[in-house]
Amino acid sequence: MKPAPFDYAAPASLEAALALKAKHGDDAKFLAGGQSLIPAMNFRLVQAHLLVDLNGLADLDYVRRADDGRLRLGAMVRQRRLERDSAIAGHSPLIHETMPFVAHPQIRNRGTLGGCLAHADPAAELPVIAVALGARFKTQSTRGERWIAAEDFFRGMFNTDLTPEEMLVEVELPRLPPRTGTAFVEFARRRGDYALLGVAAVVTLDEKGVCQQARLVYLNAGDGPVNAKEAAGILRGEKPSAAVIEAASAKAAQAEIAPLGNVHASPEYQRHLARVLGRRVLRQAFDRAGSQGK
Amino acid sequence: MHDISLTVNGQSYERRVESRLLLSDFLRHELGLSGTHVGCEHGVCGACTILFDGQPIRSCLTFAVQANGHSLATVEGLAKSQSELHPLQEAFWEAHGLQCGFCTAGILMTLVPFLQENPDPSENEIREAISGNLCRCTGYQHIVDAVKLAAEKMK
Repeated sequence: MKPAPFDYAAPASLEAALALKAKHGDDAKFLAGGQSLIPAMNFRLVQAHLLVDLNGLADLDYVRRADDGRLRLGAMVRQRRLERDSAIAGHSPLIHETMPFVAHPQIRNRGTLGGCLAHADPAAELPVIAVALGARFKTQSTRGERWIAAEDFFRGMFNTDLTPEEMLVEVELPRLPPRTGTAFVEFARRRGDYALLGVAAVVTLDEKGVCQQARLVYLNAGDGPVNAKEAAGILRGEKPSAAVIEAASAKAAQAEIAPLGNVHASPEYQRHLARVLGRRVLRQAFDRAGSQGK
Repeated sequence: MHDISLTVNGQSYERRVESRLLLSDFLRHELGLSGTHVGCEHGVCGACTILFDGQPIRSCLTFAVQANGHSLATVEGLAKSQSELHPLQEAFWEAHGLQCGFCTAGILMTLVPFLQENPDPSENEIREAISGNLCRCTGYQHIVDAVKLAAEKMK
């Protein structure tokens, strides 16, 4: 229950941190909030030769609203700030609504946005939220920067598109169109536990109340965030009646998610949850989209 | 090995630590502050909760070397003197908010900033605030009662 020995560096600049990662590659790990990495090291599930501590990089802890309405979040923004910052809540209420489900206040005081995304736990909330909101991630290495759509970033269980030299440095959230509603629901055995299943919805209505765009993204329903595109296709072009919502959540539950099951929930039970929670989250998101138009 | 300097309960310390030393073990074994308890060592139980720059965190999920330059508070710093208790401790005593006491330090350190932010919390808010702290004795009801009593005392 104690970590194996490792070397530790606390670089004073992003450039110095990236230079260390370029030199050591997979032998080095970035230490952000440490709320997933340190338990894994305590269990000796993870051993690193070098930890590069990012907690001194204050310039990665920012929330900026760009002129075009996009919101830019630094990778080292703490989860507690995601939960409480009024600029974030005003721009993306889905984040504000979801954060209380992420572990406990003590964990959110340390845990970071970038750390959670780069960890890519299929049961985590933030990756699902990022995909549902159509976020983009900026990565940086000594060789330059690149942008990756959230949807292309997650590559399976604890696996991402990041190369051994790269760091996730920024998350960019688009401005949601008018008459867009968002919602998140999950089911966990105890508050703060990993959910047995969860789902986020982002839906947009036109002026006549017809669904223009929809995203339905599930957590703990496969080896990463599961974006139920066929279910979204069922919703698009339709008024969100009970029958349409039921058809979409049933499609996602039966045909699109691939739950692995665990000691607390069989895959069949997770599919049942997906159907019920999918229905609930869609109803709530459409209600919110509808009330915005008035 | 890394040289670190930090403040704990207002007192300055300088020590040389191995990078893998957890902050919880540092407090207990290097500084002799054994009031911070170690339960699960993977962030689930909350027994090791301390204040890091005023905010509650798990000291088992932070390395001692990361506390360099920071200000910490542990349960030893709550009471003003050896002969008196902090109002929150007093309320736990009066309302039977503890039995074996293993979880108590972590719960107190969670609640100190909580009561500063919410001087008049509802029962739901209290339960939410202690959701990250496991207690195997009390069933939580007396803890909730103690927090309500403490809020009264601290008004």
